[in-house]
Amino acid sequence: MSIAAHQPTEAAQTATVLVVPGMHCAGCMAKVERALSALEGVSTARVNLTARQVRVDHDPALGIPALVEALQGVGFPSQPRGEELAPPPSAVKPLLPPLAVAGFACMNVMLLSVSIWSGADGATKELFHWLSAAIGVPAIAYAGMPFFRSAWGAVKKRTTNMDVPISIGVTLATALSLYETMNHGEDAWFDGTLMLLLFLLAGRVLDAMMRDRARAGVDALLRQAAPGAMVVAKDGGLEWLPSTDLVPGMVMRLAAGERLAADGEVVSGASRFDQSLLTGESAPVHAAAGDPVLAGTLNLENPVDVRVTAAGAGTTLAEIARLMEASGQVRSAYVRIADRASRLYAPAVHSLAALTFAGWMLAGAGLHQSLVYAIAVLIITCPCALGLAVPVAQVVACSALMRRGVMVKDGAALERIADVDRALLDKTGTLTLGRPLPDPVTIASLPEDAAAVALALASHSRHPLSRALVETLVARGVKAAELSQVEEEAGQGVSGLWQGRKVQLRRPEMANGIATTLDIAGQPAWLLPFADRLRPGADLALAQLGKLGIEVSILSGDNASAVADVARETGLTGQGNASPQAKQEAIARLQGAGHKVLMAGDGLNDGPALSAANASIAPGSASDVGRQAADLVFLGDSLEAVPMAVRTARRTMRVVRQNFVMAIGYNLLAVPLAMAGYVTPLIAAVAMSTSSLLVIGNSLRLAGAAK
Amino acid sequence: MNGLAVLIPVALGLGLFGLVAFFWALKRGQFEDLDGAAARILIDDEDEEP
Repeated sequence: MSIAAHQPTEAAQTATVLVVPGMHCAGCMAKVERALSALEGVSTARVNLTARQVRVDHDPALGIPALVEALQGVGFPSQPRGEELAPPPSAVKPLLPPLAVAGFACMNVMLLSVSIWSGADGATKELFHWLSAAIGVPAIAYAGMPFFRSAWGAVKKRTTNMDVPISIGVTLATALSLYETMNHGEDAWFDGTLMLLLFLLAGRVLDAMMRDRARAGVDALLRQAAPGAMVVAKDGGLEWLPSTDLVPGMVMRLAAGERLAADGEVVSGASRFDQSLLTGESAPVHAAAGDPVLAGTLNLENPVDVRVTAAGAGTTLAEIARLMEASGQVRSAYVRIADRASRLYAPAVHSLAALTFAGWMLAGAGLHQSLVYAIAVLIITCPCALGLAVPVAQVVACSALMRRGVMVKDGAALERIADVDRALLDKTGTLTLGRPLPDPVTIASLPEDAAAVALALASHSRHPLSRALVETLVARGVKAAELSQVEEEAGQGVSGLWQGRKVQLRRPEMANGIATTLDIAGQPAWLLPFADRLRPGADLALAQLGKLGIEVSILSGDNASAVADVARETGLTGQGNASPQAKQEAIARLQGAGHKVLMAGDGLNDGPALSAANASIAPGSASDVGRQAADLVFLGDSLEAVPMAVRTARRTMRVVRQNFVMAIGYNLLAVPLAMAGYVTPLIAAVAMSTSSLLVIGNSLRLAGAAK
Repeated sequence: MNGLAVLIPVALGLGLFGLVAFFWALKRGQFEDLDGAAARILIDDEDEEP
């Protein structure tokens, strides 16, 4: 299978990358590839499951809408990938070649070393040392680059990190081994040095892999949001424009169930808008001709025409983004545990080596011999297992969390969330589902045939209330009734004929809050009220957070009475009417009082708070901004993901600390030997690999940690 | 000693071959989509009759 052979078979081919967030298995891949390949004009379609994307090579005559429609036909919503959303370069890739070189060199040098340890002598031993040097020196120079570069960066900034002792140890050990080889010496340390690099690179690759994976998942979610609008041209035609091309003065036509791509003013029509993502306000806001509407709000009822007043950087959305940029200090100031450990470790190791050198010099061992012993100390204490202690544990924990539907953006997030002792929850969309659901009591009291008719009618509409109704009824096992002559009248409802009788699902004449009316000719009408509900598992999640020693309260932008209702239901304290700035200030106040704050939120209005908090989590249904600002994203409806993430993070940190104790403890046992001059390359190799294996084994216990 | 003269180049050559093969695979995008590669084996192509 050669990719090159497929590429420009015909001169005029274009490549389109579509983002398909719904793909998750082999079956999905096959469906997507087949649906696209079946289209006239498509030459190849190749899915990348990791990035949730499909690359299509096709005839330029075949438009992107046709591709999207073909995927919609097999049940996969998709979006063309915008230029600005192209995935950032992978963090793993640049580390793979050094890892491969270190692996190759380590194995071959070890092969030669084993012969030396088992008694090769004289000319053979010298040949083997020379061969080891020939393989080892270039390999170390190449595979050590990631460490040398990072260490140099730290030294230039007059700080230290884990890479400084590593680089010093590696360089000295290589230089000494080369000197020994040239002078027919006893021992060469190429094997140990290469093994050290191999283990450390493996740790780095794991760390980078975790970041790449979570980022691919979050990016796929991010690209779901509608980044554009149908624009009415002067001649009355309609054209779909991406949000970057919108300019003030254009008129957008917004169907029910669509999100606004820019701030604007209603020109014609009237509808209700759900602003919960933007302000946290749960009650829909009515807007008629002349009323302003904001980007990011959801049109609930009727199609309306909206004149753009501000787009791009001028929108309320962009204002929130500016607030967020200014609020990441707490997190950028966070020092990861591995770096904190190395700040203590590096000086200790270097003074031990210096002490050894001085001690042997005083004892009269001579410059060469003293240097050999000092370098042996450096090699034996080189933080090999220490380099694995954090990433292995975090990778295992993150993949356990990912299996349970929680995506962690990077390892540092796991460290920060383990520390929290205070949690602030947004109300709309976080503590509650953030979408109206039919009242369960009313639904349960519907007779079977009425429910069947309601399901059949609702399934013909894209209206958010209809979709919520379908979801609820299907979950209750209702089968749709057979209808004929089904018609949807925008803004009014759906009607049809059922067993010769006229049936209708329509907007009610009058209702408090959100509701819909089910009419069956010859029967009294049913009023189906809708309301936002607490997430499933909310009570349990709050109880578990309490047990973890985390005090929880509500911080919402919604009006005080709506917050009070939820506060009463959950038994929490709450603050309402909080603007994005107010949320940020509330967090700063708690941090000032010495608390570590976890923020859970979904809306655009939560963005600044999410990035200001010590750690943050957002539901998968959140706005782009919310998902981008949060450290963790949980899929699925249940709020239990929040205490689960905290518990897993704390367990991970416990294992990380155990790993540190093991790694350092093991080195400590070997240090007296090294200082006394008894360490041979064999002992160093054994100590290094055993401590690394111990650390890896201990970390694997986290595989089932997400419970 | 004579055996070594043959065996060591052979051992190194084989290792080097593996290394080159890995670099080749890396360059050709074989590691772009590990999840997809794992899943692709499960797709059955029965409906694609020759």
